[in-house]
Amino acid sequence: MLKIEGLTAEVDGKPILNGIDLEVPAGGIHAIMGPNGSGKSTLSYVLAGREGYEITGGSVTFDGIDLLALEPEERAASGLFLAFQYPVELPGVGNALFLRTALNAIRRHRGEPELDAMQFLKVARQRMQALSMPEDMLRRGVNVGFSGGEKKRNEVLQMALLQPRLAILDETDSGLDIDALKIVAEGVNALRAPDFSALVITHYQRLLDYIVPDRVHVLMGGRIVQSGGPELAQQLEASGYASVQAAA
Amino acid sequence: MTAPLHTGAEGFLHRFDGLRTRLPGARLGWVQQLREQAAESFRAQGFPTRRAEAWHYTDLRQVADAGFDEPLSILGAAKTLPAPHGAWRAVFQDGRFRDDLSSLDAAPFVAASLAAGLGTLEDRLGALARPAAEPMAALNTMLFEDGLVVTVPAGVAGGVLDLLSLGSATDRPAAFHPRHLIRLEAGASLTIIETATGPAQARYLHNPVYEIEVGEGATLTHVRLQQESPRAFQLGTLYARVAAGGTYDNFTLNAGGKLVRNEIHASLDGPKATCHMNGAQLLRDGQHADTTTVLDHAAPDCASRQTYKTVLSGRSRGVFQGRIHVHQVAQRTDGYQMNQALLLSPEAEIDSKPQLEIYADDVKCSHGATVGEIDADQLFYLRARGIPEPKARSMLVEAFLAEAVEVVQDGAARAALEAAVNGWWEAAA
Ligand SMILES: Nc1ncnc2c1ncn2[C@@H]1O[C@H](COP(=O)(O)OP(=O)(O)OP(=O)(O)O)[C@@H](O)[C@H]1O
Ligand SMILES: [Mg+2]
Repeated sequence: MLKIEGLTAEVDGKPILNGIDLEVPAGGIHAIMGPNGSGKSTLSYVLAGREGYEITGGSVTFDGIDLLALEPEERAASGLFLAFQYPVELPGVGNALFLRTALNAIRRHRGEPELDAMQFLKVARQRMQALSMPEDMLRRGVNVGFSGGEKKRNEVLQMALLQPRLAILDETDSGLDIDALKIVAEGVNALRAPDFSALVITHYQRLLDYIVPDRVHVLMGGRIVQSGGPELAQQLEASGYASVQAAA
Repeated sequence: MTAPLHTGAEGFLHRFDGLRTRLPGARLGWVQQLREQAAESFRAQGFPTRRAEAWHYTDLRQVADAGFDEPLSILGAAKTLPAPHGAWRAVFQDGRFRDDLSSLDAAPFVAASLAAGLGTLEDRLGALARPAAEPMAALNTMLFEDGLVVTVPAGVAGGVLDLLSLGSATDRPAAFHPRHLIRLEAGASLTIIETATGPAQARYLHNPVYEIEVGEGATLTHVRLQQESPRAFQLGTLYARVAAGGTYDNFTLNAGGKLVRNEIHASLDGPKATCHMNGAQLLRDGQHADTTTVLDHAAPDCASRQTYKTVLSGRSRGVFQGRIHVHQVAQRTDGYQMNQALLLSPEAEIDSKPQLEIYADDVKCSHGATVGEIDADQLFYLRARGIPEPKARSMLVEAFLAEAVEVVQDGAARAALEAAVNGWWEAAA
């Protein structure tokens, strides 16, 4: 489903990604771990199409399509979703309008009829209940005044509504209490299907107890230095990244 | 040494010389005197130039040089009028009252053409306007032909009145100078939704002057939707006086016109009076819009709120000048002024000049100004959710305007405003 080959990227002339090779098959859940500043968020932004990164080499295909040639909204419409490490606040944009506009944009692309305000509200309420989100979060500005954990839940709500085929979760577990962590994990697990894949970026093995990955990759210095099964996460939790460095 | 007048100013003075015996009120001594004095001021000052402090950011040369005629005296056929927002409507074409298109009968207030009732207006016409200080008010006073006179009796809830100004497309551009007098007696209320518009090709100068008196405990909501033809000029000067406990709530949308100015002089004259002056300027390539406010806190315990937002695209230019003058008697004044601009293009420009003059010691007065662009992170966040870029931009512009639009409480006024903002977007897209 997602195939990254020899991807290198720079910011302001500074190399950040130094040759990433990664393949996530349909239905696969892969985790990425790695020290602060190793390039995890950069990779997720490059995949989602944020400006400001110069792709200096390599390729990324999504279902065989050149992902890097698409605009961010086209990537989203083809089923890619990034849950931001730092969700952006949009003062003056109501959360309900935002979610409905996004959902309808995606539905339009899929050839599905758009939802009117009432239909949308029904769907949104359902999803919010599952995430234990209070309904008044629909009425507030997008992420405005949301606590750290509420912002992360709002990301998961968006994912649940948009039903992507590839979800990239950039530290969605950071700042969540234990109950919220389970809820978020349930949100991801609910999407699990033969044609749903996820790339889960995290610092903590705990999340991977709930979202059990098929593969764990360690990103350091802008490249993947080690890959393994779920046990790799446990090993890292116990001995940190020094052991990886020694092995690499 | 006096600088030579712009040809445009001379043209208007010439016109006045030719028309003085035929203009409305020519046989009323006090009207004649007002006009002669105004002509004197206009002769002395001409069109304001950028040397005048109040006009430093707005150059009127293109207006002065345009060469205007009077409006045609033969009225065109009835046009398809925009849908009304309220039960009553006053329609002006090229500054002249169109009785046939207006519906004012059975209104709980008195509303009529100024030209028809000049004889009874000696205490109102000129009560607030200052032609000696404001040249465009001088030009208006010298040449006004008509206008709307509204009186809402004490305690009466007037409802919603539409005031519609239509400019016409003519071979030579026309200039018109309506004079509107609005008075709310004690405890009265009224919402005026004013739309100024004209056909796309029409070139004209609309130079209205308003004299607005809000009585004790009265509330006037005044929404002005400036949607003039893209080739037209509008230079409006509005004077408002608010008595004790009264509220004047002005919202002005500047979306049309080639060069426009919205100049407001408001005075809070009695204790616990309130004034809201809010607005949005939505500007496209080649447009110039100027909002200039002068607010006098002349009594204690009054509150004022100003929020102006300007969105600029292409090579457009916006101006905001806001002066708050807190007189010595105006203790416990609560004043707030915010003006913000969103630049959508590197070639757009905004000039902003807030000015506080405070002579009382117990006051709470704050002001702020910001200039920004669309936030790249916000734009990316929306696009990353599948929202196409143009839609994402429009959502962020609407969010920017939301704060100014939300202050309009009146339902009809708010709906009219939102429709106008949406219309601007659809035309821009
Ligand atoms: N716009 C930028 N300008 C300069 N350096 C940048 C920019 N964006 C990222 N970097 C640098 O790139 C490196 C990788 O950053 P990135 O955010 O991808 O790390 P990360 O692995 O997500 O870290 P964390 O675990 O702390 O979230 C860091 O050294 C960071 O300072
Ligand atoms: Mg990161």
